[in-house]
Amino acid sequence: MHLLIIDSFYIWEKLILVVFIVTLCMLVAMYATYGERKVAAFLQDRIGPNRAGPFGIFQPLADGGKLFFKEEIIPLASSRTLFVIGPMLAMTTALLTSAVIPWGPALHIKNRNVPFQIADINIGILYIFGVVSLGVYGIMIGGWASNNKFSLLAAIRGASQMISYELAMGLALIALLMLTGSLQMSDIVDHQVHGRWGGFLSWHIVRQPLGFLIFFICALAECNRTPFDLAEAENELNFGYHQEYSSMKLGFYLFAEYINMFISGVVMSTLFLGGYDIPFVNEASWHIDPNWLAVIGFCVLLAKAFFFVFVFMWIRWTVPRFRYDQLMNLGWKKLIPLALLNMIVTAVVVLWMRK
Amino acid sequence: MNVTQILFWFLSVLALFSALMVVTSKNPVHSVLWLIVTFFAISGHYILLNAQFLAIVNVIVYAGAIMVLFLFVIMLMNLNKSTEPKKNKWLTLAGGVAGGCLLLVLVAALKNSEIKQQVAQVKEGDIGLIKNLGNELFSTYVVPFEISSILFLSAMVGAVVIGKKE
Repeated sequence: MHLLIIDSFYIWEKLILVVFIVTLCMLVAMYATYGERKVAAFLQDRIGPNRAGPFGIFQPLADGGKLFFKEEIIPLASSRTLFVIGPMLAMTTALLTSAVIPWGPALHIKNRNVPFQIADINIGILYIFGVVSLGVYGIMIGGWASNNKFSLLAAIRGASQMISYELAMGLALIALLMLTGSLQMSDIVDHQVHGRWGGFLSWHIVRQPLGFLIFFICALAECNRTPFDLAEAENELNFGYHQEYSSMKLGFYLFAEYINMFISGVVMSTLFLGGYDIPFVNEASWHIDPNWLAVIGFCVLLAKAFFFVFVFMWIRWTVPRFRYDQLMNLGWKKLIPLALLNMIVTAVVVLWMRK
Repeated sequence: MNVTQILFWFLSVLALFSALMVVTSKNPVHSVLWLIVTFFAISGHYILLNAQFLAIVNVIVYAGAIMVLFLFVIMLMNLNKSTEPKKNKWLTLAGGVAGGCLLLVLVAALKNSEIKQQVAQVKEGDIGLIKNLGNELFSTYVVPFEISSILFLSAMVGAVVIGKKE
């Protein structure tokens, strides 16, 4: 079967790539917690964590160690298996998205072109959608299995928020797909790198500013970040869907949120900010080793993603939380019509330009 | 046995086992979760046939959207064993007989059909890729496609009307 022609080099290549990317996500998520506290401290005119190591950079290790050594409590009235599966699912779905993202230009190792991407599938964007829509289960199963009314309410809130904002997100992306004509992630990045308008003008954010805005707001809601963090509104629901969790199971839920944040930053950079494209320069004219080019492109992508992560944190410590009806009004009555309008205008323009 | 066959048998066993678990689970939430596993196994079969679009849409629509709504309702109704109404023994028997009749009809209908001679293309089938599927849907099957979309639209309007009762 031609889908499964594999040699040992291919297996090793993919294995190393998977390990590298998962480790990267974990590391970034770890330091995102540190970053969050530092950003919060900066915005509130405090100093933030500064005890563990220079500038407090060992703080995430200390936090992780604390979570590992805490007592693990599984409530008697909970349904045990699902209680354990919940955080596992949250973590898995958070990490799964990274598989289709092109992290950089292709590498050249021993006369072979090694794509810097785990799976360049035909339906890249739809895959991201699929995984995002499965992200609901981690929250719902965890909240229900806790057998606690507050957890259940928080889980239902979180899930309904996520499925509501998925719609606007999808509609915003349809406009983008009309421009590229492909669902393959590598094609979408190529389209921006070798765009007709040259430089960063061919990035999709230039042609789809409204689509980008809608996508960004939806990404905030999908990650359950403030101002849309109604699933863990502590003054209404104690602590949210992970109230009954302790130890590393709680850690997984909190960690998954940071991984989601990082991944959604990467997805936004890939779809709208040109992916690994270096702005203002034409890197093809440099004539340097393609491996170095891949490393530079990868760093550029990370820089863009970190910028988004920073903006997420900035928003969290600036904007107050929405009320639930406001959240639903924004999602259903403002974002979806806007996204539909954006889609129709884009379709008309695309057809008119092609005439 | 090559990799494809191993995958096929694994997915088939998984699909059948989880489908059985849907029926036999006592707890309705567990049933829904097993149903999600079933959908994943079926999506795996689609991928084996290289129908990537169908596979991922199956996951998005069924596992990602419809089953979430099922879970919503079941979790909010909080169906426990104590609240579950006692089922009549005759009702169970009637259900079994009816299900058996359906199985009989399906087997009889499919026994001599043409499908049996058609072997699934696992090697070179690319009709399931999104480009071919889109071309086919919007050229050959454009009328049924549009009619079904109107059907969906009217269903949506109907749902809004029902939900908006004064």
